[in-house]
Amino acid sequence: MEFSYLWWIPLLPFAGFLINGLVGRKFPRTVVAAIALLFTAVPFGLVLKLASTMSGGGPEQISLVGAPWISVSGFTVNFAFNVDHLTLLMLLIVTGVGFLIHLYATGYMAHEEGYWRFFAYLNLFMFFMLVLVLAANFLLLFVGWEGVGLASYLLIGFYFKKDSAANAGKKAFIVNRIGDFGFLLAMFLIVAQFHTLNFTEVFGQIAAHPEWQGGMMTAIALLLVLGATGKSAQIPLYVWLPDAMEGPTPVSALIHAATMVTAGIYMVARSNVLFAHSPTALSVVAIIGALTAIFAASIGLVQNDIKRVLAYSTVSQLGYMFLACGVAAYTGAIFHLMTHAFFKALLFLAAGSVIHAIGGEQDMRAMGGLRKKIPVTFWTMTVGVIAIAGAPPLAGFFSKDEILYQTFASGHVVLWAIGLITAGMTSFYMFRLWFKTFFGEFQEPAQDAHHDDDHGHAHGVHESPAIMTIPLAILAVLSIIGGWVGIPKAFGGSMEIEHFLSPVFGEPAAVAATASHPSESGLAAVSVLVAAIGFIFAYVFYYKKPGTLGALAEKNRGLYNVLANKFYIDEIYNGLIVIPTLMFTRLFLAGFIDKGVVDGTGVTLGLTARGGGYLARKIQSGNIRSYAGWLALGAAVLLIAMTFGLKAFGATH
Amino acid sequence: MTIDSSILSLIVFFPTVGAILLALLPANPTLQKWGALVVTLLTFLFTLHLPAHYQYGLSGYQFEVNVPWIASPAIRYHLGVDGLSMWLVVLSGFLAPLGVLISWRAIDRREKLFYTLFLLQQTAMIGVFVGLDLFLYYGFWEWSLVPMAILIATFGRTDKRAKAALKYFLYAFIPSAILLVGMLWVYAQTGTFDLPMLQQMAASHSISSNQTALWLASLAFLVAFAVKVPVFPLHGWLSDAIFEAPTAAVMVLAGKLGLYSILRFSFGIFPEQSRQIAPLMIALGAIGIAYGALVALVQKDLKRLAAYSTLGHLSFITLGIFSFTVAGIDGGVYQIINHGISGGALFMLLGALYERYGTYDMRELGGVAQKLPWMVTLFVITALSNIGLPGLNGFVGEFLTLSGSLQTIYVAHPMIWTTIATTGVIFGAGYMLWAIQRIFYGGMGRRPDEVSGWDLDAREQVALWPMAVLFVVMGVASPYWMRAIDSFGAGFTNQPAVVNLRTADPHSATNLPGIPVSGTEGGAR
Repeated sequence: MEFSYLWWIPLLPFAGFLINGLVGRKFPRTVVAAIALLFTAVPFGLVLKLASTMSGGGPEQISLVGAPWISVSGFTVNFAFNVDHLTLLMLLIVTGVGFLIHLYATGYMAHEEGYWRFFAYLNLFMFFMLVLVLAANFLLLFVGWEGVGLASYLLIGFYFKKDSAANAGKKAFIVNRIGDFGFLLAMFLIVAQFHTLNFTEVFGQIAAHPEWQGGMMTAIALLLVLGATGKSAQIPLYVWLPDAMEGPTPVSALIHAATMVTAGIYMVARSNVLFAHSPTALSVVAIIGALTAIFAASIGLVQNDIKRVLAYSTVSQLGYMFLACGVAAYTGAIFHLMTHAFFKALLFLAAGSVIHAIGGEQDMRAMGGLRKKIPVTFWTMTVGVIAIAGAPPLAGFFSKDEILYQTFASGHVVLWAIGLITAGMTSFYMFRLWFKTFFGEFQEPAQDAHHDDDHGHAHGVHESPAIMTIPLAILAVLSIIGGWVGIPKAFGGSMEIEHFLSPVFGEPAAVAATASHPSESGLAAVSVLVAAIGFIFAYVFYYKKPGTLGALAEKNRGLYNVLANKFYIDEIYNGLIVIPTLMFTRLFLAGFIDKGVVDGTGVTLGLTARGGGYLARKIQSGNIRSYAGWLALGAAVLLIAMTFGLKAFGATH
Repeated sequence: MTIDSSILSLIVFFPTVGAILLALLPANPTLQKWGALVVTLLTFLFTLHLPAHYQYGLSGYQFEVNVPWIASPAIRYHLGVDGLSMWLVVLSGFLAPLGVLISWRAIDRREKLFYTLFLLQQTAMIGVFVGLDLFLYYGFWEWSLVPMAILIATFGRTDKRAKAALKYFLYAFIPSAILLVGMLWVYAQTGTFDLPMLQQMAASHSISSNQTALWLASLAFLVAFAVKVPVFPLHGWLSDAIFEAPTAAVMVLAGKLGLYSILRFSFGIFPEQSRQIAPLMIALGAIGIAYGALVALVQKDLKRLAAYSTLGHLSFITLGIFSFTVAGIDGGVYQIINHGISGGALFMLLGALYERYGTYDMRELGGVAQKLPWMVTLFVITALSNIGLPGLNGFVGEFLTLSGSLQTIYVAHPMIWTTIATTGVIFGAGYMLWAIQRIFYGGMGRRPDEVSGWDLDAREQVALWPMAVLFVVMGVASPYWMRAIDSFGAGFTNQPAVVNLRTADPHSATNLPGIPVSGTEGGAR
């Protein structure tokens, strides 16, 4: 088979996982790192080879069908891969960004315990993520889907001695399982309807029946959306992602920013044929996306932990992608997915470099004035901040603007306005982070156990080694030029990504094609203006006159507290769902039903229903002979009744 | 007499021969352990003959032996396996040596009694799977009860063991007596105990014309089996028995005997009654899944947690098989095997923890991962198998049973029950991950702080790794097992009682026309 090398794309990282996982603890760190890097680099090479085959008149779609995985009469699922341009793009992002983050991590984790374990899990993640994007059917996609959740669980809980880390890992897995519950139900419905889970067959049948609208299509689509809200951290299931920052920073960059959390967007985009048959589901996606975008951004405004700001920013940016899916602008969603992978990975890695430099501190209130101390980190992070804030010609500007423009052009003016306000907030909280970290007074890192007097102050703040700054530099370049594949025609570009993805999403909709260029550039100007306003606010409040905002917050204590406490959503979920469920279970199910009904009466229940307390006492006497007597009596009665009695009682047959 | 016709007799009675040998040998612990290990390993080896020589294309019974035993009443020595029972026999053979290995240190007194009973129990269990004469089957069924009850009563870990054993015995024995009545009635009607003949008669509606009596007899069968499974809410014995019983006994305590018997005898002899009661059983299955997982969530004792986890897992199977769909039945049978392996591995690991720290109470544990890296590795893998992570064995079964339950035509709104059942994947992850955290993560708990503990030793690794490998292999290569199982499950699509009412209309899945049934009142008209 010409393309059978595709199997190796996921299997090589799996091999890396097995080697490091089983015998890695006996290896020196360099060997562990070499294995992890090799088993990520080769798949990247294979993806490049695949890309060169598929581009320039190559096949638009490659199918690879392997052995059956589940096979019963009337229903079979195979191990099968399907590569189209969407998959190819995802493969490039996952293996490319994934390799860079692996590289960075070899430096970042150099002094950590459990080095081998970390890289084993990281390779395991790559395996599942690659299965997810390569899968040719829903069930195999689900393998990757839950698998990345597992890797995420293991990596969030990497510092398992810390209760907070163990809790965060568990929370991530369980919240994701709520989404998976929806995904599973969707698959059961699909099986019941189509007797297959293959993308081509399912979507082929749907596409062939334009009259199928709403109804079952909406049910399946909404259940899939529930799954996507879990994995892509959208309302109502986003709560796990901020806590996931307990994991090491490279994990946050790879899993909780660049790749895994985009799985929901990928899945919705993959199912675009289905969603086209359910305007209801699309509206739900758009509204969830817009609300999540602004909601998470508003929480991000007041967070003090540098990683948490980025985490809420990720939730917010994923909201943009959801919004794009909801207005059927799948190209915009995937475009933003790609640019976001570049600049958010960059931001997280740069944040990691900051944290690394000052000895593990994550609170921005303890930072400041770092721009001279760690210049490479500063400059690369600056690129990331500008990219996400949406200033041209960096990557984020083009992709975010495409989403906002498509939202506006499709008539969702309110959602567009929400997106626009969010853009301003994004610019504000990102420059807030930038000013707080790199400008202002330099603060000596707190002297904790790791940084006692032996090391001296000179050793305290230091730029990261090249193995960490090189990935930063590459990602910075990508964050600048990554958007140039999607320069709209209004700006003289050719929107190459739209053309590239058109075999998957179809040619651009008529509305976009006919919309006037002036309106597009006008909207772009508005969003740049809004981003600039965000910057000015951050500049004034965190550079020019630091402290004024503190006074403002003091005056509006209530609002500030609501934001700082993340709208108390965790507390509300706990109080309304978790605790009542546990109480109900403890008192009613385990207490009343199990101890009382099931266990307390047990055997005697049936026999004594009418016999009254006397009989019950007799039977519960624990006397074997009396049990045996009852038994014999009951059996005899039943036997007599069945052989003779019932005929006499006039059963008509 | 060829190997094929005597292999089943060999498999069934070899453990008994071993038990007799052990009983005759001196009560030397080492001798007894090794003896039991050799016998169980050889038995396992014999069971492997079945998949190696099974004719996969054929449905019906294979490796049959069928000779008269007693002339009057007509009882035959009739053994045989088909796609349903073949892998269950192999599973029983596979679990037994592992049970011996895991008891190596845990059973430190009266080894002779323990291993003798253990082997006798194995004969009974395999006998249940291969006996095709009702009377013979019933003999094995009751036989299985006695060694187990004595094992619990003698080797239980607290002083409540006698009570738990009695409870177990009565819960199993009383319905079994009623089952006997049902069987005698069937014999009185038909003049035969032979299962294949009875199945034919059932298909042609010639067992009895008295619908009420048929209905009662089917209940006599089903209740006995359902208690043995156990099906919610008949699980009163389960938690106490698991709480007390030693690991090797717990591994074979619940599940497969009852579920097999439902599939074989309830479905075989009472096909219509079984379908009529399907709505109730589907509901109980769905509720049992959520109930078991939720109650497991609030347990503090790991054995009790595992007991309710067992209830939840078995309920998946109940739900699946009573959907009377190919996916549901195939997945259900597959899940019986899975549960034997995954649940068994979980109990083995819990037993190993208990050997080290002397407690199953999670409040006294914590931080163990720092001390026992292999233990936590295998525990996490086993937990993942139990919560149905895709790619591992449990997922195949769960997916098929749930998928089957949505396609059933026997309830009006399958979506409701499937939805309730699917919540099990959330709560299941909840209790498992919480247990992992409480045992292994965080700061050092009280017991691990006091007791040094030691990581899994070679013997335990030898017992556990085959299971871990099976999780993966059965998770990715299910057709290897499924082709035999499917020859059984596929039979349910073309039985007269099944009418395929599926339409091509994509909007009707949640409103599939159900067959009107009268619930539990019975079919007397």
